[in-house]
Amino acid sequence: MTGVFLIVRKSLRQHALSSAVTVASVALAAGLVMAVFAVARQSRLAFAGGSLGYDAVLGARGSELQLVLNTVFHLETSPGNLPWSTYEAIAADPRVELALPYAVGDHYKGFRVVGTDARVFDELEYGDGRKLAFAPGGRAFDPARREAVVGARVARETGLALGSHFQPAHGVQEGPASHDHDEQYVVVGVLEPTGTPSDRVVWIPIEGIYRMSGHELRGTGDAYVAEPGVPIDDAHKEVSAVMLKLRGKQAGFQLAGEYNRRGAPTTLAWPINKSVAQLFDKLGWVQRVLELVAYLVVLVAGGTILASLYNTMNERRREFAILRSLGARRRTVFGVIVLEAATLAFLGCLLGYAVYAAILVGAASVVRAETGVVLELWSVHPALWLTPLGLVVVGALAGVLPAQKAYATDVALTLARG
Amino acid sequence: MRGPMTAILELRDLKKAFRAPGGEVTPILDVPAFALEAGAQVALEGRSGTGKTTLLHLVAGLLKPDAGSIRVAGTELTALSEGARDVFRARHVGYVHQTFALLDGYTALENVLLGMLFGAGADRARAEGLLRELGLAERLHHRPHQLSIGQRQRVAVARALAGEPELVLADEPTGSLDAQHAGEALALLREACAKRGAALLLVSHDPVVLGAFDDRRSLAELNRVAADAAQGSGR
Repeated sequence: MTGVFLIVRKSLRQHALSSAVTVASVALAAGLVMAVFAVARQSRLAFAGGSLGYDAVLGARGSELQLVLNTVFHLETSPGNLPWSTYEAIAADPRVELALPYAVGDHYKGFRVVGTDARVFDELEYGDGRKLAFAPGGRAFDPARREAVVGARVARETGLALGSHFQPAHGVQEGPASHDHDEQYVVVGVLEPTGTPSDRVVWIPIEGIYRMSGHELRGTGDAYVAEPGVPIDDAHKEVSAVMLKLRGKQAGFQLAGEYNRRGAPTTLAWPINKSVAQLFDKLGWVQRVLELVAYLVVLVAGGTILASLYNTMNERRREFAILRSLGARRRTVFGVIVLEAATLAFLGCLLGYAVYAAILVGAASVVRAETGVVLELWSVHPALWLTPLGLVVVGALAGVLPAQKAYATDVALTLARG
Repeated sequence: MRGPMTAILELRDLKKAFRAPGGEVTPILDVPAFALEAGAQVALEGRSGTGKTTLLHLVAGLLKPDAGSIRVAGTELTALSEGARDVFRARHVGYVHQTFALLDGYTALENVLLGMLFGAGADRARAEGLLRELGLAERLHHRPHQLSIGQRQRVAVARALAGEPELVLADEPTGSLDAQHAGEALALLREACAKRGAALLLVSHDPVVLGAFDDRRSLAELNRVAADAAQGSGR
């Protein structure tokens, strides 16, 4: 067997250029296939698999998915507002463990400004039950002041730090309709990175949203503009959503039945993970297309192996005849070519891990930039070993045709021709 | 399978013909009897086209005869499958080709190691020893294109002897060399075979080479096909 490896090694080195091109094409295929499966799974796990901090979201009548994207991932626009009384009613419900009001509608340099109350810093959980934590020197905002707490990514990208002043802008994202509000806020806390969408949030007291210049409250149905120094009657207040922790599954079933009943002005997204999972299910066809493309690339890589070996068969006929004259059996020569093909695939797969890592890092940085969600880059996925295994088999199969040609070499005739 | 005889090679009623794609059959060899004793050195004289290379290919087991018997070291080759003949060749027969048949991508040492791989297995120390013995101590890691023709011939001899064969077949082994180098190479080949007790069957049409052997035989006399052709041309 040592001899066979020597012959394979020599051949690969002798045809270094075509070997390198073949290995590169296999590497691309391997990297692509592994990335397609791993990114899909990691995305699903990151978005829908882990703890999102809440069990349910209550919002205005509309799409559950839009509600979740808006409140949990801080994407999309709010489907509408709820009167403060709805918040109070569900907060007082014995089936609800925690209810936090969210009010949105402003941003700072593209980062969502969320008005809520300071319990969020004690109650919001992420990952495996971890709580938000302040970077040294930071604290929660005072609900009565124009103070803000910013997520780690906001701080890093906007330069906001403890003591920084800023003016929120109207609208949930930058655009032609966006304009700066008059109010100035001071940063009193910067959160440690969480790898969740919370890193991309500017948290301010919910009262701040109500009192932002140009904001109108329509809790009563009529427009109301808060006046400085004058308390706001609860009847005018609105919330974009209420984030909920429930007391068990039964509570979820019951509340979903009540708040989602036909004709109700509300939508309860419960469980949150299910809503996100539905998004991935809806996008399943994209995944299937990507898988198909990846498989086609694998076929092309197999074809490249076949072509690169087959093209050398004529020039190598003399080599095979000499090996046979030295006692190599036909099946040994056949095995050399198949092993050579499998080795090309194997080397390609090794390099494919680098391609995979590059794609994964790229995809993860895009996902993180767009959503704040951090993909678990180095978690083990079956594709990481199944793909190389499959590609080595494909490579070996691609070597069968050239190997057959080598197998059929007429030794006496080839040697007689010199 | 081994018999009590001391002959390393015995041919009996050996026949071989080639069939053209059109079906035309051209007889090449018809050897009623030939024997070579163990350790003996015999030169077979024959012009081009008299079946010299075909005879060596048959003895090496690279070709199968149409009829007759080939016994090498007591083993009847015609009774063996192709794979078994390959294994037998690797263990018992060395072959020196006219064009040396060295592999270009391999060093001198690796070419010699190839001569061991399919038999007893690679033995680097022995391969190096063989090359040193043949005066190539400084050329172990040179590739064929970096060697002179004479040095390539010596590598080919080393490779033929690498598997410690009992029979060495040499097909015009000095055909690519000038007279001086041919004489040296031939002496080296004969000495190396004699030292190891390996029998040598050499085929050539070069009178200088043939003149170096005490035991010379004419393929035209051994091979009825060649004899008939010679008679035909003589008429």
